[in-house]
Formats: sequence, C-alpha cells, structure tokens
Amino acid sequence: MKNHPELAEQFNTDEARVNWHDETLWWVRTKRDRMSHALPEWEQLRESASQIKNNVLSNLSDYLIQFESNAKANGIIVHWAADANEHNAIVLSLLRQQGATQMVKSKSMLTEECHLNEYLEQNNIDVVDSDLGERVVQLAKEPPSHIVLPCIHKKKEEIGELFHEHLGTPKGNADPQFLTHAARLHLREKFLTRKVALTGVNFAIADTGEFVVCTNEGNADMGAHLADVHIASMGIEKIIPQRKHLGVFLRILARSATGQPVTTYSSHFKKPREGKAIHIILVDNGRSIHLGRPDFRNALKCIRCGACMNTCPVYRRSGGHSYHTAIAGPIGSILAPNLDMKKYADLPFASTLCGSCSNVCPVKIDIHDQLFKWRQVIVKEGYATSGKKVGMKVMNSVLSHPSLYRTSGKIGRWIMNHFPSVVNNKLNPWFRQREMPEPPKESFREWYQKNKKR
Amino acid sequence: MKVALFIPCYVDQFYPQVGIATLELLTKLGVEVTYPLQQTCCGQPMANSGFAHLTPNCDSLFIKNFSDFDYIVCPSGSCTLHIKEHLHDEIRPDEALSIRKKIYELTEFLTDILKVKNLTASFPHKVGLHQSCHGQRGLHLSQMTELTAPPFSKPERLLRMVDGLQLIELDRKDECCGFGGTFCVTEEAVSVKMGKDRITDHTKHEAEFITGGDMSCLMHLEGILRRQHSHVRVKHIAEILNAQ
Amino acid sequence: MSSREKTLEALKKNQPDQVELPAITSYEQSEKDNVLQFKNTLLFIGGQAIEVNGYGDMITYIKEHFGEAKRILSTIEALHPVAEIKAHYPDPHSLEDVGLTIVNAQFGVAENGAVWITDDLLPARALPFITEFLAVVLEKKTIVPTMQEAYDRIGISDYGFGVFIAGPSKTSDIEQSLVLGAHGPKGMTIFLI
Repeated sequence: MKNHPELAEQFNTDEARVNWHDETLWWVRTKRDRMSHALPEWEQLRESASQIKNNVLSNLSDYLIQFESNAKANGIIVHWAADANEHNAIVLSLLRQQGATQMVKSKSMLTEECHLNEYLEQNNIDVVDSDLGERVVQLAKEPPSHIVLPCIHKKKEEIGELFHEHLGTPKGNADPQFLTHAARLHLREKFLTRKVALTGVNFAIADTGEFVVCTNEGNADMGAHLADVHIASMGIEKIIPQRKHLGVFLRILARSATGQPVTTYSSHFKKPREGKAIHIILVDNGRSIHLGRPDFRNALKCIRCGACMNTCPVYRRSGGHSYHTAIAGPIGSILAPNLDMKKYADLPFASTLCGSCSNVCPVKIDIHDQLFKWRQVIVKEGYATSGKKVGMKVMNSVLSHPSLYRTSGKIGRWIMNHFPSVVNNKLNPWFRQREMPEPPKESFREWYQKNKKR
Repeated sequence: MKVALFIPCYVDQFYPQVGIATLELLTKLGVEVTYPLQQTCCGQPMANSGFAHLTPNCDSLFIKNFSDFDYIVCPSGSCTLHIKEHLHDEIRPDEALSIRKKIYELTEFLTDILKVKNLTASFPHKVGLHQSCHGQRGLHLSQMTELTAPPFSKPERLLRMVDGLQLIELDRKDECCGFGGTFCVTEEAVSVKMGKDRITDHTKHEAEFITGGDMSCLMHLEGILRRQHSHVRVKHIAEILNAQ
Repeated sequence: MSSREKTLEALKKNQPDQVELPAITSYEQSEKDNVLQFKNTLLFIGGQAIEVNGYGDMITYIKEHFGEAKRILSTIEALHPVAEIKAHYPDPHSLEDVGLTIVNAQFGVAENGAVWITDDLLPARALPFITEFLAVVLEKKTIVPTMQEAYDRIGISDYGFGVFIAGPSKTSDIEQSLVLGAHGPKGMTIFLI
C-alpha cells in the first residue's frame, strides 16, 4: 500500500487541481473565522467545551451506564459492540429481524471506520448513503475524503458525469443546483421505501438518555422518521453529561465545521414513535485502549467538526485520500495509530507541526503536540525506516561533538562549493524543485573567532 | 546582564551573515554578547523526526555551553521553541529548566527584555513578513489568525521602526511555508507546493524581500525562488533590523 | 464476559482521575435586539421572517405565495381557511405530497435563527422535513439570545423528539455551492407575532 508522501505526490501531479482543492477548503476556514471572530466569548466556549469533555473522559464508564439506563427507560434498545465486527453484525441482525434487504443511511464516520457498507454488501444488503456528498463518493466507489465534506475532492463536472451514469441526468450538466435536485428526487424514493434507517450520533446525553444528530440536509430525519426501525451507531466517547452542555457544543460545532451559526437540523431523539423502534449501538473499537494512553487520550474529545482539516496546509495540498484511513487530516493522524501503529506509521509525519490545527480545534485537542509524541512512539516501537534510523544516529553523533560538527560542516561546505553535483542531483529530494543554499566561505564561528573573540 | 548568543547549526554553516547581523544589532543596542564556541545544535532535527531519545548528548552539550548566562538569545523561533519545550537533563534537571526559562528568540528579546522603542535602521524596500509557525504559534511572537483575540506582532512592530521599509499585506497572514524540518525532504511534493504558494502570496503583493525570524523557512523559500529565477530575495529579520 | 462488561471494565481501568465539570457561564451579548438579530440571521441562512399582526395576515400571505401548493397542512385551527388541520398522521409516507406546512414553535434563538419544535407540536415527526416548504409561527417575545439560554429554557422538559430548525434544508457538497432544498424544505418562512 502507498504511504502518505507517495499518495500526496500523486495528488500533486495536477497542480491546478491542488490549487482548487486548497482554495475551496481555505474558503471554509475563512467562513469559520468569520463566525468565531464574531463571538467575543469564543475562546471561553472552547475552554468550556474542552473541560466538559475532560470530565466525560474521566467518568466515561459511569456516564455510559447512566445513559444506558435512561435510554432504556425512554424505550430505546441499547446494544454494546466491542469492535467493528460486532457492530456490523448487530446491524445485520437487526436488518434480518425486519426481513429487510435494504437500508438508508445518513452520515456516520463510525460506520466508515467499521467498513459497514462493504460488510453489508457482502451480506446482500443494499445500502444507500443519503448525505449528498456521501452518495456521490458511494457512486464513485470511493471513501469520503473529508469527514464533513465527503466529496470535496470532486469537481462538479465529475459529479455530473457520475449522475449521468447512475441517475440518468443529461450528459454534460454540471450545475450544482440541478444535480442536487436530481439527487433529491433519487433519494426521496429511497427514504419512502426503506424500513430501516441508520444514522450517526453527534452527542448522547447521559442525564436524559436522548441523543442528538446534526445535519444540514435533513437526511438523517428523513430516514429516521419514515422508517420502522432507526439504528443509531455511536462511538462511546460521544457522551456528554447533561442537556445544557449542548448549549456549549451546538454553539461551536457548526461554526467550526462550515462557518454556519448552527446546523439546519439539531434533532433530539429521546423516545421512539409509537409502534416503532430505536436501537442505539455503543461502539468501543479501540477507544477504551486509546483512553489508557495518557499522552493521546484527549483525541477522544473530538466532535468531528473537520476544522483541523480545513486549516491544515498539508491536508489542503494532499487531499483526504492520501491519509488512507477513514478519518483524514490532523485528527485522523492522531487517531489512526491507536488502531494500527504499523499501518499508519506515516501519518504523524504528514505534518509540519505548524500548530494551526490545535488553534482551531473547538475542544482544544493538542493535535500538533500529539503528532510530535506519536512520532516518538512510532520510532521507539520500531516502525521508522532503517535508512532514517542510521541517518539520525549519524546526525546525532555529529551534533553532539563540537569538533566533529565543525569539521563536517567545513567539509560539507567545501564539497558543495567544489563538487556541487554531489548534492545537486535527483537523489536529493531537496534539489528536485529547490536550489541548495550557497555555501559561504566561512562559518559564523570562524568569522567570530577572527573578528570578535577577545 | 550576561547574554549568550545561540546560533543554530544551519545558520552557522550556511548563513553566517545572520549571526553577524544579530551580534551587531545587539551590540548596537548596548548588549554585551558572548558566543560560546563549543555550541552545535538544539537537537530539534532528531526530535521532530521521532528520535528525541537520541538527543541527551545534544542536550547536555547545550547545558554545558549556556548555563552560565542570564539570557540566551537566538535568531530562530523554531530552535528557541525546541529548547523551551524539550531541553532536559537527567543529571542536571534544574539547569535544564532554568535554560528553558531564559532562552529568547531575537525579536522577543528586543521587545520584551530590551523594550526597544526605536531603531536606527534603514531598508527602503517592499517587504513581506513570513510568520514562522514555531515562533508565532509556539512562542506567541504574534497573534494567531485562528484565535478570537486582539492582534499584536513583535516582529512587525520592530519592522515598522525601520526607515523606508514598506510592509506588504498578505492574503494568508500566517500560513505555514512547508519547511517543517525533515518534512521538507520526506514530504517533498507537499513541502514544495506549500513553499510555492507562500511565495505567490508575497509576489502577488509585490514584495521585493521576504523576511522572517527563521532562516530555515527562508532557506526553503529561497531554494524555490532561486529555482524560479525570481528577483525576490529572502532576508532574515536581524539583517533588516541591522541594515544601514 | 459480554462486550458491555468488557468495555466498561477497560474504561474503568484506563480513564484518568476524576476531572470536575466546569460551571456554564452566561455571556453578555453585544446585540441587544434579539428580534432584529433573529431576522438578520435567518436571512443569512436562507430563511425569511415576516412580521404579522395575526392569523389574517398569515392567511393572506399564504394565499398570495402558496396558492399553487398541492397540499397545505397545519396544526393551527385559525389557519383552516387555507390549510388542512389535523392533529396526527399515523403514516408519514402519506405526507409526501405536502407543499406547505405551518406549525408553531416553542421559541426562537437570535444568534442562529433556529426555532425549537417538539413532537407535541407536530402531527408527525417527519412533517417539517418532508414538506416542500415550511412555515413556523413564532412569538417575538420568546426569542432568546443564544443556545445557552435556549437550553435553560428547555430545562429538563420531556419530549419524544425535539428539533432546532435553522432555515431551509441545504447542502454545499458540490464544490461548496450552496443549494437550498437538499432533502427537506426548499424554503422556510417564519411568521413573527
């Protein structure tokens, strides 16, 4: 499998497209700034949100028990899944109980993480993603490239082509308004005919046993209110203690995500409709292990707004698919190694550690510090390339010995001056698109000794 | 006031003029500066690559060189931040901690310790300021655009004291240039693209010079500028603040 | 051991020491005119607010703007001259052809143009989503400044389903071009009384 640098390089072969991708996401970052800068209390809200989440993480087991008992009292059926497989099996069994072979689904990054769609397809269940962006990538047989904007990497002409092929829209029509309307008609039929609908969960409230789903399109509601069975898949870290805490989280979520004051719909599901059922699946899938890593646990505070992706200069220029994991970008790069350190060893290095991600994070996750710390763990666990290991050891021994450092510097500069081709060649990744610095005749130290030393 | 100059390894080897400008500038402002001769590197290249466990030798060498001073001044936000956040020593933990507190990036030292109000410098050019991330987001040399907080900028304030200097506005005030230490070679494609985009922002606003507090970012931008045969040049902020 | 026990045990073992919950502070709002802010925000998010003096005004407005609608539903008795009034629709699929729905909201939120509606105000949960256009009757005096006051107002009240609705259904999934009417209503009108 290709790693981040290789996939990013591939993405960069079309520079005009990189510019477009970068500018589109930067525009979302700008919208986010406009919203957050308009609230004088913004930084205090981030702090409150962060503290609430810290409390949640310190008490997660009790909050889950409390949520379970309140949800049950509300008539919601609660399931527990230790991992992705168990989650997928529960969904399949619920579908089979209903005799259903079709399901409509709204956005849930957890189901991406669990690869639910593939699993259900293998079991002959027809799954339709109802979020427009998700439907687009589903038709294209691709994973989402962004957690909030799943098809942000696709141009409207490509979407027009997909819709022409799958929905029968006229060839060459790439008007967003027209295509959205075509998707509306196509998906409305699905909403009206599916007996089972699956949604994600943005927040679940321990105190009341209800859960909240946020969308702009209204697709979660269309699915849930028209189906007989509503399945909600939820990562266990989505718990918050009390309803009033939504007063903090709903103020920051959409502002951070898309620069809207709030999502169009913030739906609170507390009890099922008469004669209908709501099932909620509480999924661990590595989260309890993550909680046991003190340096990394607060990544579990994430509310999946995607602000860190929009602001990340690397993400904007490498595309979501270069991260080869369900959740891309900075937050994905600190979540993924917890699941599989070897497979995702490249991700914490896919960053300049510029720190912009930590500054936009509405729950104040120390993302760039965690990237730095994951690098140390990954190297210690032996997942660094051997070339890098040797290089670093040599570098360290040179830099630890002043005279060796000075001699190497001198030799290095001399070689660069006299035999520039030693460094100015294709094997040197610096030189491929950049000139090497022009080596001066003397180092600062040499100058200092000549001119200043008394 | 005993002040030591810490010149990062790559500045020592490739950009001695930055060390010279820093030294001259501080001297001009009445500071007596010493350059400890046995210094090498802060250890950041290893640590940022995941090899922090290799740096104890670098760390103890740093402590040996610098523990006798009241202040340590360094013309690099990145190296300063690394020392501030990561310098440690198992045998001399207190000395390490004390160094972490007394190391200053140059513009920070000029602003917060020397409280410089005016400079006798002249640089009659259009200049774009590149905010290096570690100086800005790590050391808070300037306000960060992500935050809802009042604006300020230590390097900008100093640049405005320079005669004839015209500071240009940028579309993206504090976007990373893509240097990122070993990132610049391990993620070559993205690194260069980020650098090119930064340069475009400056050239679009007619900068003649790109300045900043970190020569590493400027070295990366310079490499791209020279490959593009651009007439735009880079200059470390110390060189501009010291320009006559 | 069940997955439930396995998860809970691992969490108990791994979770950090208890961190206290912060107090939730109220922030002073710069915009004092809640109604004005509500109207402006609603416009910004693609909806519109219309000040009316009573149901007569609403009926006139509906006749003028939604005369062509195939089916108009409401829960508000006074709107019977223009709307089909019913308290409950057991099969939401029958609502597929509704052109306009007019319902009451409990209150509005100035900072984001949202209204809070619980299922006791809805003849079917699906209705505000499946209808082609949505209109909501909102008393001006109920508008609170922010979501914090909104949740103070909701308190611990009981409901089966409750929703904040802020403007019409929308998407920007195709190249960030804003399109109203993704799956739900294509437009949202709020009658302020």
